Amino acid sequence: MSKLSATQRLEIIRQKNRPTVNDYIPAIFNHFTEFHGDRHFGDDGAIMAGIATLNSTPVTVIAQVKGRNLDENKKSNFSMPHPEGYRKALRLAYQAEKFHRPVICFVDTPGAFCGVEAEKRGQGEAIAKNIAEFMTLKTPVISVVLGEGGSGGALALAVCDELAMLENALYSVISPRGFASILWKDPSREKEAAELMKITAEDLMQFGVCDKIIPEPVGGAHLDAAQTADNISEYLINAVERLSAVDIPTLLDNRYKKFRKIGMFNE
Amino acid sequence: MLEDLFKTVRDRFNEGNGEPEKKQAPEIPKDLLFKCPRCQSVIYMDEFEKRKKTCPTCNYHARLTAKERLEITADKDSFKPLDENMTSVNPISFPEYEKKVKALSDLTGLKDAVITGVCTIRGYRAVVGIMDSRFMMASMGSVVGEKIARAFEYATENKLPVILFTASGGARMQEGIISLMQMAKTAGAVKRHSDAGGLYITVLTDPTTGGVTASFASLGDIILAEPKVLIGFAGRRVIQDTIKQKLPDDFQTAEFLLASGFVDAIADRRSMRKTLSNILRLHNFKKIGAEWQHG
Repeated sequence: MSKLSATQRLEIIRQKNRPTVNDYIPAIFNHFTEFHGDRHFGDDGAIMAGIATLNSTPVTVIAQVKGRNLDENKKSNFSMPHPEGYRKALRLAYQAEKFHRPVICFVDTPGAFCGVEAEKRGQGEAIAKNIAEFMTLKTPVISVVLGEGGSGGALALAVCDELAMLENALYSVISPRGFASILWKDPSREKEAAELMKITAEDLMQFGVCDKIIPEPVGGAHLDAAQTADNISEYLINAVERLSAVDIPTLLDNRYKKFRKIGMFNE
Repeated sequence: MLEDLFKTVRDRFNEGNGEPEKKQAPEIPKDLLFKCPRCQSVIYMDEFEKRKKTCPTCNYHARLTAKERLEITADKDSFKPLDENMTSVNPISFPEYEKKVKALSDLTGLKDAVITGVCTIRGYRAVVGIMDSRFMMASMGSVVGEKIARAFEYATENKLPVILFTASGGARMQEGIISLMQMAKTAGAVKRHSDAGGLYITVLTDPTTGGVTASFASLGDIILAEPKVLIGFAGRRVIQDTIKQKLPDDFQTAEFLLASGFVDAIADRRSMRKTLSNILRLHNFKKIGAEWQHG
């Protein structure tokens, strides 16, 4: 695997032709059937969800949608979900639990959308509820970070039994730009922030946040989307099989402990 | 609109007079007067303090220190702290983080942004957590996350209700991804307490935002909010920059959340002990220990 800096990886994941779930879902799954809406308010194009088979096992797929062009991005709001997106995700997660399907989440967002309507409809509550409910969802949950995973908006789809990251993906408490802007009042120090924040897959393995790094072709996923999809698929088939063999109380106990033990302090 | 008109007339009048209106407001001595950040009215500090730091004009509930909050909430001498010696480390080697924590610790007498413990409120026993916004805007890093999680675990084990007074600027970015994970840790502990049948009351105080809103603050069985306080997920300025419009004054206030359906009730601080003990009584908790010490 390549040894690249966070800044170099940031440049790779910002490649315009970096593959998105629109490329990966057809390559990894069969019979993908999309389901819409949160049954309360509306349907959010930033999160695509449905059922499919993975190597002939039925699974539920929940994915944040980066657009590949302006039109797609308009529909998916540049992959920044509103509360109804998170509520759609939770609705389908409950459905997966009921029908004993593993849940596969794809994380690819700069963060949850910041706007008046999002606040009015309870962005904070929607994210909080997903985090709490995914923690005890009685079916295996696997999350894969594809590009950027930013803040609570990413975490709402990343409370899972295993978190995998594509080799160049980044996962952080806030985007490097936001970090620089808030802590140093200077968004132009983005690259410096990216290096400081420890947000690469390798960093996150060390913190116990990331469990598996999925290799990308040298130079980045955009140079060979099919190969990258194969790598993701291989990991997912293995993980689903492994996690499905664990009894549910043990699975949930391990999931709780995975997050419970993250933290560094003195006492 | 009408006000603008008056202002224009006044300005013209003053111009004609040759004596420009004095723009400089007199400096307010900090210890003598309180100026309400919501309605701008000014009140003598001793009167403000007698009202438990609430504004007589608009009833904005100003920020309290954790110590002040504890004093007006718990029965006298009933508080037993949990994990009081926990301190932060510097997980991503953020420049000067330790120094900042030390300085704030010296200033506030706190080890980090939350105190947790067990107390009685009008005789009802509860686990309480109080966040103090003076400490790095009560942002949530490892210490806050761990103390909140342990408070819920203690409550689950001892079958106690939990009452949290939340205030926070969000995740503590100086701790990087570790701070984000505290959202999962705390929400998970809340969920376990809830699944075991535990009661959790959230009291949202000024300001409750970001990763705390998006985790344990929004997960109470009962969510109360103090009048006029700021509650939201995204910062006001971030939203303003996104939508390029001015936001209404009441945006992200307790009242805005009540109207949107995210808060059970607005609760006045001066009757908070009564409100909380009443809720505890209605959940069949029995009175023990000291009672009616004050309030």
